[in-house]
Amino acid sequence: MNIKRRVFLKGSMATGTLGVAAAAGLLSPTAVLAAWPEAAFKAKKVDEVLTNLMGSSEMSDSAEIKIKAPDIAENGTVVPISVTTTMSGIESIAIVVANNPSPLVASFNPGAGAEGFVSTRIKMGKTSDVIAVVKADGKLHSARKEVKVTIGGCGG
Amino acid sequence: MAKKSMKIRAKEQGGVVTVKALITHPMETGQRKDSKTGETIPAHYIQEVTCKTGDTTVMSALFSGGVSKNPYVSFKYAGKKGDALTMSWSDNQGDSDSIEVKVG
Repeated sequence: MNIKRRVFLKGSMATGTLGVAAAAGLLSPTAVLAAWPEAAFKAKKVDEVLTNLMGSSEMSDSAEIKIKAPDIAENGTVVPISVTTTMSGIESIAIVVANNPSPLVASFNPGAGAEGFVSTRIKMGKTSDVIAVVKADGKLHSARKEVKVTIGGCGG
Repeated sequence: MAKKSMKIRAKEQGGVVTVKALITHPMETGQRKDSKTGETIPAHYIQEVTCKTGDTTVMSALFSGGVSKNPYVSFKYAGKKGDALTMSWSDNQGDSDSIEVKVG
């Protein structure tokens, strides 16, 4: 009997947390749609992406941004990318792959106290420049690195 | 949804917290075709990842389908040991999940 009671308690607790999660899920999509810049993600050209995401496509090369990525990626579905910058006043860091069907891969918005470092894994359709765009103090700075892709990772 | 979709680790060293997180998610771009039926697999990817301590957002990220399957995210911020860190994601089909971790 006791064991059953234990199981029952566990079960009801689990559904409790699920309920909370579902409620959060119901609330968040509208908020997400408002925040998620669809135009920037649907854009097909790097310039369009930047104009839609950051309000301008004028960027200057900067030595203060470092991209860590492989020279040759054998598998385009998983390409590890790290972006490090020593700039101050960073508003956002975007990872753009010039030759992908939708070039904008990810956009990071560091909050209070965040350091200029982000790392993730991305898909690449074919050999392309990977561009890291950093918006700091209202200006765009960028760095690029070519990654050769042996097997593409965008559909097909 | 019953199973946790995320793994997260946060470690403090010299006042800087390094966060590493793995999310289990298919991240379909909507461009891939099913090899048997030839039909396009609908897009299903994470759009937003947010990381907070208390009420402060330390990092928010917007993703497209261009991020790899089972995304890995890592970043750093100025913080201290023992802080509670919450990370949550939501995708284009309305799913979401979150996880909490103590900075160690």
